Amino acid sequence: MALSTHRSTATLLRHLKATTTTTIPFLRNLSTNSTSTITVETSVPFTGHKIDPPSRSVETTPQELMSFFRDMALMRRKEIAADSLYKAKLIRGFCHLYDGQEAVAVGMEAAITKKDCIITAYRDHCIFLGRGGTLLESFAELMGRKDGCSKGKGGSMHFYKKEGGFYGGHGIVGAQIPLGCGLAFSQKYKNEENVTFTLYGDGAANQGQLFEALNMAALWDLPAILVCENNHYGMGTAEWRAAKSPAYYKRGDYVPGLKVDGMDALAVKQACSFAKEHALKNGPIILEMDTYRYHGHSMSDPGSTYRTRDEISGVRQERDPIERVRKLLLLHDIANEKELKDIEKEVRKEVDEAIAKAKESPLPEPSELFINVYVKGYGAESFGADRKEVRAVLP
Amino acid sequence: MAAMLQTIGVASPAASGTFPDHQKFFVSSLHSLPVIRSEARLNFGSIHGSSRAGKLIAKAVATKGENSAASAASKAGHELLLFEALREGLEEEMDRDPRVCVMGEDVGHYGGSYKVTKDLAQKFGDLRVLDTPIAENSFTGMAIGAAMTGLRPVIEGMNMGFLLLAFNQISDNCGMLHYTSGGQFTIPAVIRGPGGVGRQLGAEHSQRLESYFQSIPGIQMVACSTPYNAKGLMKAAIRSENPVVLFEHVLLYNLKERIPDEEYVLNLEEAEMVRPGEQVTILTYSRMRYHVMQAVKTLVNKGYDPEVIDIRSLKPFDLYTIGNSVKKTHRVLIVEECMRTGGIGASLTAAINENFHDYLDAPIICLSSQDVPTPYAGTLEEWTVVQPPQIVTAVEQLCQ
Repeated sequence: MALSTHRSTATLLRHLKATTTTTIPFLRNLSTNSTSTITVETSVPFTGHKIDPPSRSVETTPQELMSFFRDMALMRRKEIAADSLYKAKLIRGFCHLYDGQEAVAVGMEAAITKKDCIITAYRDHCIFLGRGGTLLESFAELMGRKDGCSKGKGGSMHFYKKEGGFYGGHGIVGAQIPLGCGLAFSQKYKNEENVTFTLYGDGAANQGQLFEALNMAALWDLPAILVCENNHYGMGTAEWRAAKSPAYYKRGDYVPGLKVDGMDALAVKQACSFAKEHALKNGPIILEMDTYRYHGHSMSDPGSTYRTRDEISGVRQERDPIERVRKLLLLHDIANEKELKDIEKEVRKEVDEAIAKAKESPLPEPSELFINVYVKGYGAESFGADRKEVRAVLP
Repeated sequence: MAAMLQTIGVASPAASGTFPDHQKFFVSSLHSLPVIRSEARLNFGSIHGSSRAGKLIAKAVATKGENSAASAASKAGHELLLFEALREGLEEEMDRDPRVCVMGEDVGHYGGSYKVTKDLAQKFGDLRVLDTPIAENSFTGMAIGAAMTGLRPVIEGMNMGFLLLAFNQISDNCGMLHYTSGGQFTIPAVIRGPGGVGRQLGAEHSQRLESYFQSIPGIQMVACSTPYNAKGLMKAAIRSENPVVLFEHVLLYNLKERIPDEEYVLNLEEAEMVRPGEQVTILTYSRMRYHVMQAVKTLVNKGYDPEVIDIRSLKPFDLYTIGNSVKKTHRVLIVEECMRTGGIGASLTAAINENFHDYLDAPIICLSSQDVPTPYAGTLEEWTVVQPPQIVTAVEQLCQ
């Protein structure tokens, strides 16, 4: 496998670096800020259903890889911090953590623009960050403060960012899928050359509304890309116990599908740009991201009653998305260990500062309870046939 | 607006009250839908022994700032049926705003199962008048997703009862998204469709969904009852930034009325004064309005002076109009088609009791449909809904 060769080379490199600072001839000497392309092979080839999969070779730049590393480290750090905040009872209710799945968020962002829409279910913290959400907004929202992205009234499952094209944040499993097709419908209606990524999990993949929405999207050639983030467990139920056919990328039947290694950010990026191209021309496509979550389903789930700790640590060792990018960076000599560690420290500091700031943010006013139930001003202005304006004034 | 309504009995002649000769009326058979003819003048007041014998109420519907003589004389406007009025309103709004689109089953090529969207697909295209597959949950969700980006979809449920399948989308995404997103997204969608008890349609096709939807925070509900208010409410609902559920009634689609030629939009939160009076307030909406007006004929003959208000706005209630009426008459009768348990009448009773308790001389009487699935047999179906004799009895009881 391609990666194992890199691993041994990286080990070799580390040994050599201890003794000498000269670079090995067969490695390119690149600075972090260079934009020259590197071609990397994805860990596993793509598998296609009724479509020719894209190539395994992904083009990337050092800059992009560094941004992947930084963004994923930020997301990872944020989720771990949220874990501690939850245990400290500053975050209440439901808190579904995304650590382990960061590659899907950053890979997708790299392939699209802010005009494309993303909508997902309740495991939305990191996608929110990817779409331009700030750490302060997300921590404040989690703690129910008024500086939160939904003014503290949404909570963990209701992060939204309209300017960033992030449509949430939905609590009911599968309900976001028709919404996502609606976003795609709107893009088609307005003749925009944008697409919608509708994310759902392996648990939601058995919902009827997925197939209803898929039928409509395929019928009208909507630019909808349905992404199944398959972390193999629907809360406590393993995929083979819930689905007769766990090959979710094939479940679309007449809709083409692609199976992607969701722990490889570059593979995700390749698949998403391929899917975007496809959706704009030919209508919907399903992407199945083979990914994994280290935490349980939510903070109230230890995550170890339905899977072994060995399994979790095994995935963490072999497939961790941040580690993969770290190895690439080291291999291509884009950064050294110390720089990467510094980035992680910086990210940790950023997160801690955001948490401190969010803690200072006040709780919403009591009057906020009734704000935004309706759009201000209630119904339309109205007039009778004699053209005099008539408005009812409620007591 | 010169349209006036003469109520037509929808029940069999045997069940309705006696009609004095000098009042013109049509009695419909059990098999035809009621037809409303508009008249220039109406005699309500000339009843034996009534102190109000001299007072001629020229219009059944009160309008603000209009000279009764002038409007009585004018015959401007055009006559049409209620479903045509809905179509007119929809078409005008689609002409005015390119973001308005329609989605539903058989709304496009078929023209709508009640012809509300007839010929619109030919005019606006298949994308704007979209024929959906039979997947209420998903196409409602799709419309809401489209509304999040700024489109203004009009979702048609072929029968309101089918929208129960879309309850999650209507409740969580339609009603609550504006709030849970902290105001970032508005959902200017309109959900409309016919509901209510029809002509032996069976239990599942005779549901009154207003009672189920009334608790959903964030939506507005209106019920139309005449061609005039159907068109006005349709336009207002489409222009509203809030999600609005517009309840139509299966049996009212063929009501005929003369409506103005000029453009008009009605207020979504306002109730309609159908017949001003002094003695008792009768609150009603949708089809029951006609049962009430039929009963009112009998009552006026017997010397009562009821005030009839079509509440139109089911959520929120127009407590301003209702309250002023209660303060005047001190007696309230609610006549509705919802079930007894948890219906609109139940909420309205609670609201009036809470807010206007001091003004009430008698407990509020609420006449609702029976808490049963609507049976198929014609006579049984009649007994599930409120009939005019029951309304007459209730008013007599209230006014003792």
